[in-house]
Amino acid sequence: MNHLLSWRAPLLSLIVFLLLIGVWHALTLPKSSAPQTVGSEYAALVGAEASTGQKSAFPSPADVGRKILEHLREPFYDRGPNDKGIGIQLAYSIVRVMIGYLLAAMVAIPVGFLIGMSPTVYRALDPYIQVLKPISPLAWMPLALFTLKDSSVSAIFVIFICSLWPMLINTAFGVSSVRREWLNVSRTLEVGHLRTALRVILPAAAPTIMTGMRISISIAWLVIVAAEMLVGGTGIGYFVWNEWNNLSITNIITAILAIGLVGMLLDLMMAKLTKLVTFTE
Amino acid sequence: MSAFKDPFDASTSLTRGCSCGRHTSEADHQADLAGQTSDSELLGNRVVEAAVMRALFPEDATRRRFINAVGASTAMAAISSLFPLGMAKEAFAQSGNLEKTSLKVGFIPITCATPIIMSQPMGFYARQGLNVDVVKTAGWAVIRDKTINKEYDAAHMLSPMPIAITLGVGANAIPYTVPAIENINGQAITLSIKHKDKRDPKSWKGFKFAVPFDYSIHNYLLRYYLAEHGLDPDRDVQIRSVPPPEMVANLRADNIDGFLAPDPVNQRAVYDGVGFIHTLTKDLWPGHPCCAFAASKEFVTKMPNTYRALMKAIMEATAFAAKPENRKQIAEAIAPANYLNQPVTVVEQVLTGTYADGLGNIKKDPDRIDFDPFPWHSFAIWIMSQMKRWGQIKGDVDYAKVAREVFLATDAMKLMKEAGMKPPATTTKKFSVMGKEFDPAKPDAYIASFAIKRT
Repeated sequence: MNHLLSWRAPLLSLIVFLLLIGVWHALTLPKSSAPQTVGSEYAALVGAEASTGQKSAFPSPADVGRKILEHLREPFYDRGPNDKGIGIQLAYSIVRVMIGYLLAAMVAIPVGFLIGMSPTVYRALDPYIQVLKPISPLAWMPLALFTLKDSSVSAIFVIFICSLWPMLINTAFGVSSVRREWLNVSRTLEVGHLRTALRVILPAAAPTIMTGMRISISIAWLVIVAAEMLVGGTGIGYFVWNEWNNLSITNIITAILAIGLVGMLLDLMMAKLTKLVTFTE
Repeated sequence: MSAFKDPFDASTSLTRGCSCGRHTSEADHQADLAGQTSDSELLGNRVVEAAVMRALFPEDATRRRFINAVGASTAMAAISSLFPLGMAKEAFAQSGNLEKTSLKVGFIPITCATPIIMSQPMGFYARQGLNVDVVKTAGWAVIRDKTINKEYDAAHMLSPMPIAITLGVGANAIPYTVPAIENINGQAITLSIKHKDKRDPKSWKGFKFAVPFDYSIHNYLLRYYLAEHGLDPDRDVQIRSVPPPEMVANLRADNIDGFLAPDPVNQRAVYDGVGFIHTLTKDLWPGHPCCAFAASKEFVTKMPNTYRALMKAIMEATAFAAKPENRKQIAEAIAPANYLNQPVTVVEQVLTGTYADGLGNIKKDPDRIDFDPFPWHSFAIWIMSQMKRWGQIKGDVDYAKVAREVFLATDAMKLMKEAGMKPPATTTKKFSVMGKEFDPAKPDAYIASFAIKRT
């Protein structure tokens, strides 16, 4: 029974996948090859669809598949500063996300810890956090470019500022909701402040902190694409923008899949880490 | 008075024809003469002297009277005491070491940037000893900020942008310069294919148009065109600023009804069957400037040798691009993903001027786009007149002064000569836009003559 169940989910996944591809394929079938409405000399100057009086079409799954294979065959090519393989672009983005994210963690966790320890500070800073939290990364961008005067630093700053808040709030929340009894026990045993923080509060709040970190990495990955589309240069966001410029939907779909896959891997990684610190009472 | 003529010579002819009688115009005579003069240092000195004299005595006749009265050598000494002629000559003639050899130049992926882009794959930068990275940039605001931040040493800008930056409209005021115009013509009004029967602008009420930027020749030309046809560009239609690469996608999605855009955007709309070319802007104003090669005043003064080498590369590339027989080769060099990222045929149609118009016709307009680096002061004055007409700048403007400071015509004259091009003898000229003459000496009267304006 159990054996059978474990097969059911992947099978269903496969069916959903085939269904999606099937519908996509059916929708993008070439419309009953319309006769060419213009001379052949004119047709040579325009795209295939325009020569039959239509707009250029959405690519079929086969087109996208071919494009993906093409990218997989050569993911790390480098043909100058504006044309690099998708692997190199992803690497640029991941490095940026990691720098911004780790900086945010280095600030958010200690600050969140301090805020969480004192209910007064928590309440005093809460309005600021609530106002700053929902600001879109792209709203920060002009300000960052103007003040930091460097586009790659600005991109990292935007990652930093957007992944800061979930970590900060979750850390503060986790720290403030450590069970009273545990703190009382440590006080009864006359444990020092630092030791209480590191040996009692930190392990108790760790799962909540990790949840915050998991949310943050997803946000950071969301943000990088938008930020790179805006500042350009390198990264997967720039790749999407550059292919949009060329109206190459096949490349954009390829990039979307790659972004999704990397996002999933980052999330899985954080999920594994969260498991390490989770405890049951 | 030509840039290469001895400004201390009182005997040259001021009338039509040349002083030796063998050439049809004085400019041709000078070009010939300059070709013979091997001593480029002497020529450089001339340019500086001429520029200074022209600034002091805008009227040739006055200059002549002055020199006749005091004698050439006295005149030169007198002027040297007022103006450090020696220093200016030295600054201009220096061809010493490059202060910086690795440069970053930003560009927007449109054919206006052709000279900037092609200089990289075709080796024009390398020939001047420069290692230039041309960096594709997402939009005009970003290119402006990255240049102001000095991430880029120089950049491709819309020609009104350096004026706007210098005047401090839409950005903090920073002295900016245009050492060279990149292209003339090369833009078009493209409409969505669904409007193919609405060719009369009077039927465009309620349309949504896109232009690349608020401070762009595109914005001013579209406004001019609409206003000439009786539509108020602020009330009867909507004009929004959309980065060129996103225009076709927006036209396809029916977000906009049309745009006045740089190529290859227009041709790309035709290629994808979403739009047709309504009119080329060269039919509104033949030879209008579009994009510019821009650098901060700081770069020009702090790294004069690098600046000169860079400009030389751009001038030579522009001279190369101005020849129709080279256009196909250029199209192949700049179409790949590293540069424009467009199908070669699209770029080729733009550069050669033999193109599909989106309505089933093949048109031939060899001067659809052309390349002429000379930064006419009158261009800058026209741009300012339109900025004022549409309320982007308020109050009094010293048109001629700003034009002189931003559009570096004197430098361009010398560099054009070195690149084997023929620079014009003056820095202002009259021209007409849609049949209406513009006199750069009377910009305010010009603005006042329009019925639709925001002054």
